[in-house]
Amino acid sequence: MLRLFIISKEEAFHICDKSQYRESTIWEKLKLSFRYLWCRATRLYVNRNTKLTKTLKSSNLECLEYSERKLMEDRLNEQLKNQV
Amino acid sequence: MPNHQINPNRWIELYSDYLFNYTISRVNDREIAKDIIQDTFFAGLKSMKNFKGEASERTWLISILKRKIIDYYRKINSKKGQAEVRMTYNTDENEGDWLEERVEDMTYLNAQDILENTELGDAIYDCMSKLSERQATVFKMKTILNYETETICNELNITPSNLWVIIHRARIALAECMEKNWFKS
Repeated sequence: MLRLFIISKEEAFHICDKSQYRESTIWEKLKLSFRYLWCRATRLYVNRNTKLTKTLKSSNLECLEYSERKLMEDRLNEQLKNQV
Repeated sequence: MPNHQINPNRWIELYSDYLFNYTISRVNDREIAKDIIQDTFFAGLKSMKNFKGEASERTWLISILKRKIIDYYRKINSKKGQAEVRMTYNTDENEGDWLEERVEDMTYLNAQDILENTELGDAIYDCMSKLSERQATVFKMKTILNYETETICNELNITPSNLWVIIHRARIALAECMEKNWFKS
């Protein structure tokens, strides 16, 4: 039974990454929590990753959509051509 | 001897998101921010010959952008009279609306909060600029634009496992960089 809960460190990191985007399942979270209890590396990774997510959320970061970026690029290239 | 080179062909790729985040945190409007950045790039092209290479290309573009933002505020300030005429809060129908709008207005946030947020955004973008182009693109799509995994995979022609490897590496690099440049200070 206990074997079902045992995952590798790499798998734990992967689940942790997915959890930051709410893409992990409850079962995966359970397995991660179990490893978190006894693995120092997992604890470090989870804490650091969670801290990064909180920081990113609190920053309200914005960036351009792909289409907006493309439009800007086309206009700049047009202007560059005219300048040459 | 100049230490920095100028290459407008890479401006969009290297600086557009950084400049966009810088601007939107100061003008609070996506469309206006895009216009200001486009103007900044055009102005940069026009004054390329003045670039001495003493500061980095990004610092030079930011200095142009700052002037553009000031110009924008000057312009809307000169239109203040017109804006006041448009206000119609005194009709019976709209009574009370002004209060809700004021509560929602971002400009009523604590000035210290805004400053810290802006600095934090700048610090994150500084760290993101150290990622590879591929990592930065995937990370921005997933984390900032909140795209679905499937959408990103289709758009960039990568598999979900590729995506998670890229995200994992980007997150490690960002966490390390933020640890050094933000959390410690």
